[in-house]
Amino acid sequence: MTLPLLIYRSLRQHALSTLVTAGSIALACGLLMTVWMVKTQSQEVFTSTNTGFDAVLGARGSKLQLVLNAIFHLEASPGNLELSDYEEIKKHPAVRTAIPLAVGDNFRGFRLAGTIPDLFTTVEYAPDHAFAVRPGGAFFKLGAREAVAGSFAAQQLKLKVGDTFHPYHGLNFNEESMHSETYTVVGVLQPTNTPADRVIWIPIEGVQKMSGHVASSANQISAVLIQLRSPAAGFALDQLYNKQGNRLTFAFPVGAIIAELFGKISWFDQVLTLVAYLVAVVAAASVLASIYNSMSARRRDLAILRSLGARRRTIFGAVVAEAAVIGALGATAGYVIYFALLTGVARLIQAQTGVVLDVFAGHPVLWICPLAMIALCALGGVVPAMKAYRTPVAETLAPVS
Amino acid sequence: MLEIADLRKSFPPAETGGARAEIVRVPAFALGAGEQAALRGESGSGKTTFLHLIAGILAADSGRITVDGVVMTSLGEAQRDRLRAQKLGYIFQTFNLLQGFTVLENVQLGMAFGGGVDKGRARELLGRVGLGHRLNHFPNQLSTGQQQRVAVARALVNRPKLVLADEPTGNLDRVHSRAALELIREVCREYGAALLLVSHDEEVLRQFEKVRDFKELNQAVQ
Ligand SMILES: Nc1ncnc2c1ncn2[C@@H]1O[C@H](COP(=O)(O)OP(=O)(O)O)[C@@H](O)[C@H]1O
Ligand SMILES: [Mg+2]
Repeated sequence: MTLPLLIYRSLRQHALSTLVTAGSIALACGLLMTVWMVKTQSQEVFTSTNTGFDAVLGARGSKLQLVLNAIFHLEASPGNLELSDYEEIKKHPAVRTAIPLAVGDNFRGFRLAGTIPDLFTTVEYAPDHAFAVRPGGAFFKLGAREAVAGSFAAQQLKLKVGDTFHPYHGLNFNEESMHSETYTVVGVLQPTNTPADRVIWIPIEGVQKMSGHVASSANQISAVLIQLRSPAAGFALDQLYNKQGNRLTFAFPVGAIIAELFGKISWFDQVLTLVAYLVAVVAAASVLASIYNSMSARRRDLAILRSLGARRRTIFGAVVAEAAVIGALGATAGYVIYFALLTGVARLIQAQTGVVLDVFAGHPVLWICPLAMIALCALGGVVPAMKAYRTPVAETLAPVS
Repeated sequence: MLEIADLRKSFPPAETGGARAEIVRVPAFALGAGEQAALRGESGSGKTTFLHLIAGILAADSGRITVDGVVMTSLGEAQRDRLRAQKLGYIFQTFNLLQGFTVLENVQLGMAFGGGVDKGRARELLGRVGLGHRLNHFPNQLSTGQQQRVAVARALVNRPKLVLADEPTGNLDRVHSRAALELIREVCREYGAALLLVSHDEEVLRQFEKVRDFKELNQAVQ
């Protein structure tokens, strides 16, 4: 009853510094939790995103680039492979499904991915999740100039069934490189929360034979997406294409290749984490400094409390508790900052990759960080609390004149 | 109620050097339960130091102070704090109200470290001293006389056995001073507290039946 009153009044009396300090703690806490959650969430989501495929076959080059291009629809294709390569791997006994993919055109910055309708009808992009079009739509038919828009692409481009558009050459939008063909949107996919949402799908020969593409491209594709009958088969194919052959690259397993990417950029989140830790220490130091600075102004109040019978350790405890409460206020506000930042980052990641982070996912860091922050602030409060503890009552109340 | 024997207190010399200055040297002093007494003393004669010693916020060099049967001078600091919280009330010349707390909260804090807070009693006493309509005001919203009454209520709210008053009307004008003193004496009587008041103001001292010269009492060589 008394302690809350003492803390409340003290915080009120120093409202501005309370606000500034709690604000800096909120920032530190929010930042720390965001960095942590973006790191763990994106690693988890990206490494588990394979849109249903175990491996990718592509031109000789970097496996990572192959996976980024064929699964995540990012980066340029490392090169082309012959249609015959596709026919060959499709017949391999270890391969359950092989879906060809051809890229190279876009519509207003969204990629056109050429493929076959089997992608929609035989592949589950996630366990128990099959592709589906919104009511009133359909998948495209091979040989037709039809397109199926991913949900995000459709939303951004305001595409609906019946709309027509011209493809543009290249992966980046350039007004001048318009192809003459006209495509009609026949379906819009239900959201999948995968990179497929950011793509406009068209029949594969459309990309291969687009007006203005070199003639040789008619028999070439960018990659083959592969489902295996068993994981063990992946190692056999790895042996076949990567060790024995030297013309193609077999990227397998997809998750491990993305994990490697996170390994490569781990310095980045290490730096961010370090920054966040520093901010946390600075925030705790600011609690220390703000209470410490107000200490000389509070000496008299503390001495009065002592004259009313408060013990030294009560005074000490009240100051530490006050610091902890500032920490708790900050940590609570930190959740607001956390959700705001994480939502922003998640939107950004979705826009850039189609991958969706779970903003409401739980993680121990979400309670460890605020608790640690509160503890850190309490620790910061110990320094001014010592000063409070040592306040000489008689001298303070009756200064020697 | 209050018994003092061979009480001594000296302060270390100032930085400029010199010997330890003995400020208080009281061979004997006593005050009965519910009794009211005033001490007359010049400025700088050690009255405040004397009250600080009795209140236990200063430790004596030697001697004995007994409050309500408890030998305070043999207690540790934390126990002196508790004794002060439970049995003593202190009224300062400058009131020493907590500026960030309301009138009611200031008075509640007079109980907070002793018996426990009883809001009803705090309200009742504030009503008794004529501040029933100022409970949620802050000290700086009150007149000096009103602030003084808050200080009186705070000192008495925990039903202390002994109230120490250090020039309690020193900051008031003559008219208010008289009324304030009457209030202090009445409330002490009502609450059954003994009162020990120190002052250099003859006007104040005149109102007491029992007045002693602090110079006689205190044999410290100045
Ligand atoms: N903490 C202290 N250190 C040194 N001297 C002190 C201290 N407190 C009081 N004194 C000295 O003790 C003397 C008496 O002070 P005080 O008790 O306040 O007198 P009074 O209340 O009668 O005016 C003064 O000379 C003062 O300077
Ligand atoms: Mg004095």
